[in-house]
Amino acid sequence: MQVMSLFPEWILSHGAASIVVVPLLLAVITALNPSAKLAWATVLGVTALCVFTALGLLLQVMSYGPIHYNMGGWAPPLGIGYYIDGLNAPLLLLISVVAFLCTLYALPSVIAEVEPKKRGPFYAAFLISLAGLLGMVTTADAFNVFVFLEVSSISTYVLVAMGASRDRRALSSSFNYLIMGSIGATFFVIGIGFLYMQTGTLNMMDMARLLQEIGPGDRVVQLAFAFIVIGLGLKLAMFPLHMWLPGAYAYAPSFFTAFLAATATKAALYLLLRFTFTVFDPSWDYIATAVMILLAGMGIAGMVAASLQAIFQNDIRRVLAYSSVAQVGYMLLGIGMATTLGLTAGYLHMINHAIMKGALFIAVGAFWYRFGITQVSDMRGLGKTMPWTMAGFTIAGISLIGVPGTVGFVSKLILVEAAAENGWWWAIGVIVATSILAIIYVGRMIEKAYFKPVPQINDRPVLRNEAPLAMLIPLWVLALASLVFGIQTEWLTSMAEAAAQVLSAGPNTDIPGGAYILPKVTGGH
Amino acid sequence: MSAQNQHSPHVILRVVSKILIPLIALFALYVHFHGDYGPGGGFQAGVIFASAIILYALIFGLDEAKRAVPPSWVRICMSLGVLVYGGTGVATWMLGGQFLNFTVFAPESTHASGQHWGIFAVELGVLFAVTGAMVAIFYAFGSRVPELRDEDW
Repeated sequence: MQVMSLFPEWILSHGAASIVVVPLLLAVITALNPSAKLAWATVLGVTALCVFTALGLLLQVMSYGPIHYNMGGWAPPLGIGYYIDGLNAPLLLLISVVAFLCTLYALPSVIAEVEPKKRGPFYAAFLISLAGLLGMVTTADAFNVFVFLEVSSISTYVLVAMGASRDRRALSSSFNYLIMGSIGATFFVIGIGFLYMQTGTLNMMDMARLLQEIGPGDRVVQLAFAFIVIGLGLKLAMFPLHMWLPGAYAYAPSFFTAFLAATATKAALYLLLRFTFTVFDPSWDYIATAVMILLAGMGIAGMVAASLQAIFQNDIRRVLAYSSVAQVGYMLLGIGMATTLGLTAGYLHMINHAIMKGALFIAVGAFWYRFGITQVSDMRGLGKTMPWTMAGFTIAGISLIGVPGTVGFVSKLILVEAAAENGWWWAIGVIVATSILAIIYVGRMIEKAYFKPVPQINDRPVLRNEAPLAMLIPLWVLALASLVFGIQTEWLTSMAEAAAQVLSAGPNTDIPGGAYILPKVTGGH
Repeated sequence: MSAQNQHSPHVILRVVSKILIPLIALFALYVHFHGDYGPGGGFQAGVIFASAIILYALIFGLDEAKRAVPPSWVRICMSLGVLVYGGTGVATWMLGGQFLNFTVFAPESTHASGQHWGIFAVELGVLFAVTGAMVAIFYAFGSRVPELRDEDW
């Protein structure tokens, strides 16, 4: 492939490890760095490098197939293997791109929201959180997943709590998230422990191979599955386990909310997919039942209940947070169908939702930055006072509803097709009904912004005060992405199809052979 | 030390811990460097080393301890630990191996001395990081002042 020559050989062969290690090490240096400007520049450089690496890895996976990387040269199952295939390569790129765009946005936003002394450590915590998410997605070692899950979660709790200089409620939200998140992580690691007990391995592919030998009748494996699904369900805000999410999204610093909303639940959802479909066997009775009844059922319940809750919120960030829970419902519904088309829809919606929610939260942060607006009722006249920001918000908003020509429409259409293929006609009804609910909660904000007069201060209308360029650029990149990928649907859809192929192929036992002798000096995989 | 301190009820504790603290620190280093041959290693050694500092803080007070081991050092110590660990990995990259493939340090060795040196460097990083983190946690909890004083309720 011609494009591949753009990437240095080293990035291609060691990228799987460097995409995790570089943010982690530079986070430590950033933590010691007293200058907030320099810390920001470091983060920008690191995230740009991550985007570059992730792009190289994605192209490599698309042209040459999955990448294996043996940490320390020790071949799995003895050592920790990193594994990148069609399922996680797009997600790596997504997380990196969102991190890069959010970093651009961070420059003005962090100055406004975080105390000067805390800015350096703030950026350091962000890099750790990024490294944790990338690690969760890259690693093929079940226990390593847990470690990175905790790395990203603990830094996330800290970052949410840093919203306290703007709103003290950030502290209680962060504590709430800490408790729920820790329960989730504990459940997950209990599940991994049970699997380890039964298989004696932690490598996912080796685990899948041994689970095939054990078969579907094993009670401990069944228990492990239950613990893993509930643990990850907490992390990805599956409907009744989503209570931590609105508070965390609403009171975190707005830069971090945008990043969190676009990436954190996606990484957990990826893990759910990875475990359910490629470690366990989805053709086993109890797993097929759990996927169909639990995931699809909770997905549907979440779509309806969270959309209704979103309508009755007055804080913009809480509206969008409840909407996130509802959108996770769409993804789970697609996954719950367990067909290739359904999985494509779920995966595509995961990517699309990151684009839309990233843009929306960036715009909301800009409203606060200029006018201190957090309530829907205060959005009056924003179409005139912040026309460009509001236009970006509107594009992402109509994409959230699913208007044709936007990414939201593409994934919802595939979801409807998948439901029709399965004969789940009632599901189509729910999708349409919740889209109407989305029209209400998004429309309410757009109506306030464009059809209500500009508020008066001292008998004079508020002057136009556009968001700074550092906020507008990431907002518009994401807003345009939601239009471009809504019209040029090929690219994202084919990636989602490739991911769905990986999932439909069943348990992945593709473990690179290797004698368990001392590691040899070899480059790459 | 002033005359008042010598007559304080804690004088035995102070004298005994003054003798013990250097020994604890020394024992930490023993546990660390003996980790190759017996039970031990960076984590255990780090905890023991931190306990020497924490003992000092318990006996002589947090302010004294912060004068002896300033919080800024603690932060540097933590970060240095991670950098030593990760830096070992970066060094293996530079030498052409996978991340943390210590064999590249001595590829010709017949008794895996590359692995030996690699683990040694990595464990040193763990020692720094754990010592720093333990002391930092102690300082963080020890320096907490209640946001509301009792009389403000």
